[in-house]
Amino acid sequence: MARPKTLYEKIWEAHVVREQPGEPSLIYIDRHLIHEGTSPQAFAGLKAAGRKVRRPDLTFAVMDHSVPTKDRNLPMTDSIAAAQFEALDHNCHETGVTLFNMFSHNQGIVHVIGPELGITQPGQTIVCGDSHTSTHGAFGTLAFGIGTSEVEHVLATQTLSQFKSPTMAVRVDGRPPAGVTAKDVVLAIIGHIGIGGGTGHVIEYAGSAIRALSMEGRMTVCNMTIEGGARAGMVAPDDTTFAYLEGRPFVPRGKDYQAAVDGWKTLATDQGAQYDREVVLNGPEIAPQVTWGTNPGMVTDVTGRVPDPHSFSDPVDQKAAEAALRYMGLEPGTPIENIAVDRVFIGSCTNSRLEDLRLAARVVEGKHVSKSLKQALVVPGSMVVKSQAEQEGLDKIFRAAGFEWRDAGCSMCIGMNADVLPSGERSASTSNRNFEGRQGKGGRTHLVSPMMAAAAAIEGHFVDIRKWSGVQ
Amino acid sequence: MQSFTKHKGLVAPLDRVNVDTDQMVPKQFLKALTRAGFGRTLFYDWRYLPGEKPNPDFVLNYPRYQGASILVARANFGCGSSREHAPWALGDYGFRALLAPSYADIFYNNCFKNGILPVTLSDAEIDEIFRRVETDVGYALNVDLETQTVSDECGLRLSFTVDPFRRECLLNGWDDIGLTLRHEGQIAAYERERAPKAVLYGEVDASVLAVPKGN
Repeated sequence: MARPKTLYEKIWEAHVVREQPGEPSLIYIDRHLIHEGTSPQAFAGLKAAGRKVRRPDLTFAVMDHSVPTKDRNLPMTDSIAAAQFEALDHNCHETGVTLFNMFSHNQGIVHVIGPELGITQPGQTIVCGDSHTSTHGAFGTLAFGIGTSEVEHVLATQTLSQFKSPTMAVRVDGRPPAGVTAKDVVLAIIGHIGIGGGTGHVIEYAGSAIRALSMEGRMTVCNMTIEGGARAGMVAPDDTTFAYLEGRPFVPRGKDYQAAVDGWKTLATDQGAQYDREVVLNGPEIAPQVTWGTNPGMVTDVTGRVPDPHSFSDPVDQKAAEAALRYMGLEPGTPIENIAVDRVFIGSCTNSRLEDLRLAARVVEGKHVSKSLKQALVVPGSMVVKSQAEQEGLDKIFRAAGFEWRDAGCSMCIGMNADVLPSGERSASTSNRNFEGRQGKGGRTHLVSPMMAAAAAIEGHFVDIRKWSGVQ
Repeated sequence: MQSFTKHKGLVAPLDRVNVDTDQMVPKQFLKALTRAGFGRTLFYDWRYLPGEKPNPDFVLNYPRYQGASILVARANFGCGSSREHAPWALGDYGFRALLAPSYADIFYNNCFKNGILPVTLSDAEIDEIFRRVETDVGYALNVDLETQTVSDECGLRLSFTVDPFRRECLLNGWDDIGLTLRHEGQIAAYERERAPKAVLYGEVDASVLAVPKGN
């Protein structure tokens, strides 16, 4: 009998173009996603070397990082961003790569539109010059972020030189309490393993709590895999996956779809396959999470307190916690629920899908954001999500509650457009990184789930969403 | 690609764990269309006061570390965003080698593509280098990729390892796209024979692919 294999090993083996002892393997790339931020230098390099895009038909481009989220039909005021868009438009036109530009009704954040259009499918290898490419792993794909030199390599060769990674199983068993979402689960995982805890590994998420998640929830978990240091995180495809994909524009139809599903069903890790590491979390014990520091591993339960740096045993960690509290303007021992916020951002490739917006809308319906709030922003992950949400009337709920309702893009997750967190202000954000200056120089970010962000907007400070009426 | 064989240079310390690439090159500089000139943007928010005035409290602005070309750092250096602007900035600033107990994966890869050698040493060895840098003004190290050693003038000699393939590429400054294209025949054969059929899409509605014009 054949040796049992993990999902990762199966995808890896199906994509080896060339293997040589002592060398990295040459791996075929099924889908290459590009955006305006990390691709211009790759196209320029290609051109300078007289090389061509090998497979424009497997390459998809979108404008997301720098796009404005309102007034798109007015002339661009940011001339540097405009030059990025022009460059991407020109490069795609010249090489025959499909582009979803700012005015496409399919435009959106690259990691939202890939799955939404069915470009992302189980068993594939997917890369993109963006670390949150791990998102696509939710479909049982091997997906990871790459640098611009590697973008150029993939454009030229449709392959990448890769060493096979060790694997890590992260199992979450048992249903988390009501109000505890995929975001809380993944923040709890990162808090547990640490932000470098997954470095060098490919993670496979498993257990009943992961299985019970929708595709949106699985994408949220896989998205933040990189915040634990692992480049790729995956979930074996199952009926939830197939149901999500059926009928999407790039998914095969009819008999071809059935054949595809038959193939996808063989991807799951075999019984008895070995992982190099295994981590187990207990779902029912996970509480709503709030970050207090300047990386996603600096996280605690909403019922917790800002830690005392002296409580860390390693002097390097003590120093990091001191620097983080200084930057965040927080005192040790402060209850998380006492922290007041200035702005709330619901969006990003982590939490901007229809399910996220529905959950947040349910929390704010019939209420109004706190008078102390300077801004509450909802930025759907794609124009498709935006229009679906509008069909359900979610936009009206948000607007009535005092939220701004915008067009799709990365927005205040990275602050490359006008949506910036001003210096000294504090946000509750559904995004993925609370690094210094991430949402804007001097801005103080607390990462939370969409429901927790929505509740913070209403109350003006963090609250335990488990106690919110209607959530139980 | 720029090669790296050996390098002797002044060492600067960055005594912070988990330094992310957002700090190395903040978002406002990610809109550039070329790889050049990122040295000015390195550690921008730490390095400058308003008006791009050097912040005297930031370690790279200390007079004793001017001209440093080796950076000693803490664990998980380069975590976060995949932006290759980070090694572009380190290289353009003048850094040729990095010393740390560990690196984030994407950043580590990106360094090799840009002729920067990320050396991995143990926590204790990194602690020792921090001690020497901080006590000895003008502290310099020799980083030798051929012998895979780091050494100073005061008897310190440490060994490190780099994957033999990466080492060979960096020593020779090989263009890895050129290397891969030598196997073009195998890529074409893969595409012909093995590319899994299920992942190839069929007909896609033209309205999905339409490229509308704006303003």
